[in-house]
Amino acid sequence: MSHSRMDTRPDESDVTQPTLGALGMLRWAWRQLTSMRTALLLLLLLAIGAVPGSIWPQRNIDAGRVADYLAHHKSTGPWLDRLGFFDVYSSAWFAAIYLLLFVSLVGCVVPRSRLHWRAMRAQPPRAPRRLERLPEHGQTEVDRTPEEVLQVAREVLRSRHGLGTHCRVRFDGLALSAESGYLRETGNLVFHAALIVVIVAVAIGHLFGWRGDRILVTGKSFSNTISAYDTFDPGPWVDTDGLSPFTVAVDRLDVTFEEHAGGAQRGAPRDFTAYTRTQTSPDAPEVRQTLKVNGPLSFGGASVFLLGNGYAPVVTVRDASGRVLMREATPFLPQDANYTSVGAVKVSAASPKQLGFFGLFLPSAYIDKDAGPSSFFPDLSNPALALGVYEGELYPHGRSHLNDTATTEKMTQLKDAKGAPLRLLLRPGQRAELPGGRGSIAFDSVQRWAGLSIRYDPGKVLALGGAVAALAGLIASLMIRRRRVFVRVSSSETAGRSVVSVGGLAKGEDPRLGGTVEAVLSAIAERTGKTV
Amino acid sequence: MTIQNLAQYANLGVYSAMVVFTIAMVAFAIDLAGAAPRVSAPVEARKEPVRVGAESSVGATGHPAHGDDTDRPRSRRAAGVAMMLTRLGGLLLIAAAAMRGLSVHRPPLGNMFEFALVGCMFVVVVFVAISLRRDVRWLGLFVIGPVLLTLGLAITVFYTDASELLPSLKSVWLVIHVTVATFSVALFTIAFSVTILHLVKMWLERQDGQGGQGSVGMSRIRRAVNTALPPARTLDRTAYEINAVAFPLWTFTLIAGAIWAEQAWGHYWNWDPKEVWTFVIWVVYAAYLHARATTGWSARSANYLALAGYGAILVNYMVVNVFFVGQHSYSGM
Repeated sequence: MSHSRMDTRPDESDVTQPTLGALGMLRWAWRQLTSMRTALLLLLLLAIGAVPGSIWPQRNIDAGRVADYLAHHKSTGPWLDRLGFFDVYSSAWFAAIYLLLFVSLVGCVVPRSRLHWRAMRAQPPRAPRRLERLPEHGQTEVDRTPEEVLQVAREVLRSRHGLGTHCRVRFDGLALSAESGYLRETGNLVFHAALIVVIVAVAIGHLFGWRGDRILVTGKSFSNTISAYDTFDPGPWVDTDGLSPFTVAVDRLDVTFEEHAGGAQRGAPRDFTAYTRTQTSPDAPEVRQTLKVNGPLSFGGASVFLLGNGYAPVVTVRDASGRVLMREATPFLPQDANYTSVGAVKVSAASPKQLGFFGLFLPSAYIDKDAGPSSFFPDLSNPALALGVYEGELYPHGRSHLNDTATTEKMTQLKDAKGAPLRLLLRPGQRAELPGGRGSIAFDSVQRWAGLSIRYDPGKVLALGGAVAALAGLIASLMIRRRRVFVRVSSSETAGRSVVSVGGLAKGEDPRLGGTVEAVLSAIAERTGKTV
Repeated sequence: MTIQNLAQYANLGVYSAMVVFTIAMVAFAIDLAGAAPRVSAPVEARKEPVRVGAESSVGATGHPAHGDDTDRPRSRRAAGVAMMLTRLGGLLLIAAAAMRGLSVHRPPLGNMFEFALVGCMFVVVVFVAISLRRDVRWLGLFVIGPVLLTLGLAITVFYTDASELLPSLKSVWLVIHVTVATFSVALFTIAFSVTILHLVKMWLERQDGQGGQGSVGMSRIRRAVNTALPPARTLDRTAYEINAVAFPLWTFTLIAGAIWAEQAWGHYWNWDPKEVWTFVIWVVYAAYLHARATTGWSARSANYLALAGYGAILVNYMVVNVFFVGQHSYSGM
């Protein structure tokens, strides 16, 4: 079909090619870029280019796994890294693909919109001379004059037998052209334009959006300022001083795990609910809200999500005289599905050397002689702390932030009486004396912590609107049939009779066009009193 | 009736459906084999139906009903039995899915076994629905075969005990997103079978067209398939129509998934492996639809894109769920 071309450039064969100047080269490049063939190639490249990001770990999702991968693949790892395989979606080559596709999309939508605008206001084209050459056609002879038949044909074309009341009809001597289904192209253009809107919305979210993560031990609160976050990741154009000043306090966190089912399902999480008190600003009234997975809190544009949880053992460290050096709930980070968690209790107030307790928290401790301590269930059935004790300098690289992680780089591990590394195993309520008059450590109780992620994305509503518009446009462009039906009438050899020919033409596949042509023909025959 | 009991009845339903589908498949195969003209018939008579088939492929309008183009219409009793059994199997699958859902008090869309079960149910339901409007008995073998294979995999390899969901899956979007995703995969599956048949039929028509007498040299199975299948053009159009319905549904899946991701994980797009592959599938089928609308691309090369798209669907279902680390790790295996 002559109308199924998607690009607007003329056939190459029509172009006489004199020497191309700079402008000509540009124009040629533009045509190549906006051609359908290039768009298809770019689409396929986009699909292929996205795949590595699902195979190799990505820094923006899990930097730890990337570091692991690099540590295990000494030869290939660095090369993959150089090629951007661990940052696929922010790599230069992936950006090149989608930017070219974006340009190609604009270059397709703009001229086609112009054409479609004209086509919508123009009359349908003249009927071809020989309708029998059209893919669907039919002919009959009726008992009226050509002029009368033409009027009937017009009515039929506008009726449900033809193209419906919305079709456009053109008279041209003893011929009629009718066209319907302009919404097909409208839908097509809406679809492509809406994709541009989605891309713009993603860019807005990237530039003006931010995300912050915070581990909040139950009983504590935090307010929305950069310093309150463990990590804060703002877009390049975010005004970090202008964050809305809400506060969130987590009073209680209820966690349920699967206890009944066996196999891989045992211990799987079933429900997380955080009971919170929130304020939209320091002066605003306090509101009690529950925060659940799939049930974020929202403050204006920002939303608070519950994305993680874990345990924070409360530990008291005293010096030799019994003075409390530290009493705090320290969040430990779960490493497996049974919440075997690692963490460090840092006592920077200890003297002369700072003390650090590095080790595991186990909600359901199981001590294996060979494999060491691990947890067999994620809930608290037999909590225990297994710690090694270090002394020295906790923060050799300086300390800039509340939750900076300590290292054992500049520390030495304490030994027990036999000279083996000292290992403490504490259960709630237990207390251990440290060797050499360094004081004592007591494991008081266990609290839970909620892993909160706070997101602000000003582009998300626009993205959703664009996506929904794209879907609507897509449905219109796939379901609506663009059709032309032509009727040609001529006088028959018998006076007062006419020969009617009907032909149909469709854009793309249209299996029901033949039926429409037949219906038009028989309706004309019926209304004019056909005599065979 | 206890909960585990109900889940066992669901499994029983799956096994029964598999038995029924096996018989249906055999019956469909017998029907297809019957499409070939009798071997004992003289050579001249044998040529006849194939020539008619070849003619219709060249573009003559109104080709005769498939398989009925010999003088005496062949008996299609086997196909009738097969269609009845397919409906019965479909009902059994619906019952199995319902019991599985009741046993866990939620829609049965929580792990790979349940996707497979519901997906197969949709494939059969869609096939039966199409069969009410068109004669698609030729397609039966190629729809029930994959369904049987998937059910077999589901009940052995993918099987997961009935249990509750992870907190992130407890949402109305589970029903919306996963139901539509499974339904569109069912449509893509049927379209995939039709596309494969289209390639086969094109190959047969080409063979048939070579040197006039080619049909005589064709094996009985080839002749049977060639006679039983509609012309390549019809197959191509059918595949396109099904894909054209499935693609907007897949787009909806993508959007609904993004809305849900925004609620559950904090952002509508996280480049999670499952999202990546859903996107890849979308892009490949978008390329397919574009290729169909572009002159200069033959239907065949466009159809290769559709096959690639279905390959991506298989990866998305079987590889991503099990082997890739991501937030969609709910295979339950």
